[in-house]
Amino acid sequence: MTVVLNQSFTGISIGAVLLLIALGLTLTFGQMGVINMAHGEFIMAGAYTTYVLQKSISSAGVSLLVALPLAFLVAGAMGALLEWLLIRRLYTRPLDTLLVTWGVSLMLQQLARDVFGAPNVQTAAPDILTGNISAGSVTFANNRLFILGLALLCVLGLTLILRFTPLGRRIRAVVQNRDLAEVSGIATGQVDRITFFIGSGLAGVAGVALTLVGPIGPTMGTNYIVDAFLVVVVGGIGQLKGAVITAFALGVLQSVLEYSTTVSVAKVVVLVAIVAFLQWRPQGLYTLRTRSLA
Amino acid sequence: MLEISSVQAGYDRTTVLHGVTVSVPKDAVATVLGHNGAGKSTLLRVAMGLLKPKKGAVLLGGEDITRLAPHQRVARGMAYVPQGQQSFPHLTTAENLRLVADGRPDGKEATAEALDLFPVLRELSGRRAGLLSGGQRQQLAIARALITRPRLLLLDEPTEGIQPSVVAEIEETILALTRRGGLSVLLVEQHVGFAMRAAQQYYVLEAGRVTSSGEGGTGAEPTVRAALSV
Repeated sequence: MTVVLNQSFTGISIGAVLLLIALGLTLTFGQMGVINMAHGEFIMAGAYTTYVLQKSISSAGVSLLVALPLAFLVAGAMGALLEWLLIRRLYTRPLDTLLVTWGVSLMLQQLARDVFGAPNVQTAAPDILTGNISAGSVTFANNRLFILGLALLCVLGLTLILRFTPLGRRIRAVVQNRDLAEVSGIATGQVDRITFFIGSGLAGVAGVALTLVGPIGPTMGTNYIVDAFLVVVVGGIGQLKGAVITAFALGVLQSVLEYSTTVSVAKVVVLVAIVAFLQWRPQGLYTLRTRSLA
Repeated sequence: MLEISSVQAGYDRTTVLHGVTVSVPKDAVATVLGHNGAGKSTLLRVAMGLLKPKKGAVLLGGEDITRLAPHQRVARGMAYVPQGQQSFPHLTTAENLRLVADGRPDGKEATAEALDLFPVLRELSGRRAGLLSGGQRQQLAIARALITRPRLLLLDEPTEGIQPSVVAEIEETILALTRRGGLSVLLVEQHVGFAMRAAQQYYVLEAGRVTSSGEGGTGAEPTVRAALSV
């Protein structure tokens, strides 16, 4: 029983990391339909922001707290710039978008190598996040609990923005019917840029979280990006609750299988399960019903 | 109020409108009639800025708005109800209306006025627009356009594909709006009787060219029917 609980917690914490990375994608890929291969590099930008901050702020706790909003702004600004410079010209050409953003991804990785060097670097975690909490025989790592809390906080924030604010209504309207939004008086280009800013900013926050569980390197984002796209597709394109359920389900499945088999076998089984699921339900876990196509 | 002057427009290499000139007088209704494929909806898309003309100009109250984006035209007092009862399907009825009212100082009053015209929308405020019937969605589309308090309203076949019981209600509302004053309307319509009752000016469009035009009113209906039967 203890093993099951421990593995489940490990799975949930893996899911939380996946969720944080996938959240930004639910906006840029799920809502806007842009396959942004440079999303992983925004994660990297968030992580390096933490690294740079820690060089100037000696307290790991303070630098982490400052890094969260700052990484959001840095990665968000990079995303908005990418949207303004390139992506907005390619909205009707998904294949070109994929290739162009992949090129940008490679350029950003090289830029990171030039600025910070090719070897991975590390940041120090605040003392409060280095220990464990035990409840009975089950152990919870503090850093993993922090990431779980951060992921849930981001989900809550994003949900509130999308559902209850004028900006959220505008984002949803532009996604659903761009021309109608434009003739309803909405400056759709501006909404696209803000959506991309938020989506990319969330990737930056994910990057900060990843510094607590692993090293920082130029290719760190690429390692996660495929799994994050899978979360969005399996959850149902543009569906936040689908992404939440899928991220945790994949995390737990991966963790349990890793315990009973090996890491590679677990990965293969999870991918086969996803392929089988999408054959049965191509639209993903959640979809919305409508009477009209408009 | 609106001058569409010698407009040539189309999609890719296909030209749909060949030098069309249409004008909507201030506080009056002009209607554009024609068969399917004549270019009526394309004309409205050009007027609203969804399609840039290859040649010609669009003037609103004397200002050249040919190069303005649609949302900039809305800010200048234009509103557009496109063909096909379009809505934001995953937003509720209330959200569809709030979307337009957001940020407008008179948004609440304008929404209340629009809901007074279509009271059924109050009962449906929590329902997603994609789950409404065609007639209800069209009422929502017109209400959404009116919240911007336009001085020029573009209506693209407002009663097309709607159950007869709601058609009469929508027609009466449009007629009441046009008689209230302070609103000019460019109406694209296949239903000749309704169009001629509403309009002071008519244009018949055939294969992208104006083939007949004149003063509206029910008296001109036989002339228009003859022009359309050619």
